[in-house]
Amino acid sequence: MSGKPLVAIVTAGLAKFGKREGLYGRELFQEAAKEAFDRCPNLDPKKDIEATFVGMMAEGFEHQGHTGPTVNAWLGFAPKPAFRTESACASSSAALAFGMYAVMSGAYDVVLCGGIEKMTNRSTPEVTEFLATASDFPFEQWHGITFPGLFAMMATAYMHRYGATEEHLAHVAVKNHYYGARNPKAHMQIEVTLEKVLSSRYVAWPLKLFDCSLITDGASCVVITRPELARKFTDTPVYIIGHGAAQDNIALYDRDDLTTSRAAREAAQKAYKMAGVEPKDIDVAEVHDCFTIAEIIAYEDLGFCGRGEGKDLVAEGQTYVGGKIPVNTSGGLKAKGHPVGATGTGQIYDIYKQLIGEAGPRQVPGAEIGLTHNLGGSAASAMVWILKRGD
Amino acid sequence: MSEQQPPATIEQFYKFCAEKKFMAVRCKRCGTLHLPPKPICRECYSNEMEWVELSGRGKIVTYTVIHVAPTQFVDMAPYAVAIVELDEGVKITGQVRDAKPEELKIGMEVVVDFEEAQGEGWPPWPRYFFKPAK
Repeated sequence: MSGKPLVAIVTAGLAKFGKREGLYGRELFQEAAKEAFDRCPNLDPKKDIEATFVGMMAEGFEHQGHTGPTVNAWLGFAPKPAFRTESACASSSAALAFGMYAVMSGAYDVVLCGGIEKMTNRSTPEVTEFLATASDFPFEQWHGITFPGLFAMMATAYMHRYGATEEHLAHVAVKNHYYGARNPKAHMQIEVTLEKVLSSRYVAWPLKLFDCSLITDGASCVVITRPELARKFTDTPVYIIGHGAAQDNIALYDRDDLTTSRAAREAAQKAYKMAGVEPKDIDVAEVHDCFTIAEIIAYEDLGFCGRGEGKDLVAEGQTYVGGKIPVNTSGGLKAKGHPVGATGTGQIYDIYKQLIGEAGPRQVPGAEIGLTHNLGGSAASAMVWILKRGD
Repeated sequence: MSEQQPPATIEQFYKFCAEKKFMAVRCKRCGTLHLPPKPICRECYSNEMEWVELSGRGKIVTYTVIHVAPTQFVDMAPYAVAIVELDEGVKITGQVRDAKPEELKIGMEVVVDFEEAQGEGWPPWPRYFFKPAK
């Protein structure tokens, strides 16, 4: 079955990422859904969409749980079923996975999958605390570890083993801000210099402010259907041809090698095998750069280069458009922003736009096959998706 | 006759910390040493576990210095956190105190120590921490 379409994406939407003052998560989800509905006039949302799968990480941000009926109410979808998924920063990739499994099982023909997170109404210590709940409480959080701290410990290990420097990390931030500056939906639409990144203050040594993704509000969604129904809704379907999900032990102390993500490597291998493609076949990728070190490790885990070579791949400019493998042409979590529950389908949105040729100044010419890599927590969860443009 | 073992739980681990004991559990069936302790062995699913006291000595595997802290730790920042591999081969995360951040390095030898039990806060567990071995 390799390379066979699993489901078709017929439309997608993304609420502008950023500090969306005065807006609730559900209102941002409306914004994302409206874009998806407007760009697909053959879709009658109330008639055609049979169920909603929505990812959200933390109730604490808005004091709001029970996300399924919350977003469904604002879309006028009652009494259609709505399911919430939680997989930390991979929550909406989980929503897409469960939505896809539901369609593939025959339970539904058309479903809406997406995610939300409203974060900027909270103080930085509060956000730090809420995000830290995705790590091990009694032996990580209780000792004062933070998410930047967990990835910093991976960075320390990686730098020690491979001789990488803070400057290598900074190249990731410079590249992703270059693209963020060209993405009207990005949170931080500014370019930054190597010097600016390197002189920013430490958050968790060796990671500095500009090594960290942003605290962002956002929502994203896609509508998927069975491949054979896709043309009923659109002339430009994008097919999901590969999917891999994997996980590792929750705590970093409980893993053998901190310079790689076992979960991401496992998920990537499954996805490549299912899609019948190899890393060299990927034209464009969105990877989970929650911290700059995570993007460098992602290159290696996805097979874009060998172990220890990710630092050089970015420093040599090979992950810009025109390079060996363009990565995070949306600006990534780093500049586009990281509204955690919305990030997974937000990555899918950007690859979808690349594959239908609507990425504007960030377009990878002729992109046919794209990939997303979405981590949950300190890479305790990982999902990899491979998408292909319809012929 | 084997004596009655306290439960092989996380709560019991921290109760031992209050007695300044750094403890792990060993599966009596397959011999796997578990830190953190687990009531049931994740290798063979036996529930016959026995507590063993660790040397408390180990080496830093990796580390960071936290500058932006969660709400409850803001007053403590900056502080160092490391993953330490104990001499017995198990690893755990903890703060490293009594050392300047620039003195820390991978492979550095450390030894465990304990805070006094706090009696309040949430949860009221005394933290273990590490400090340079010499």
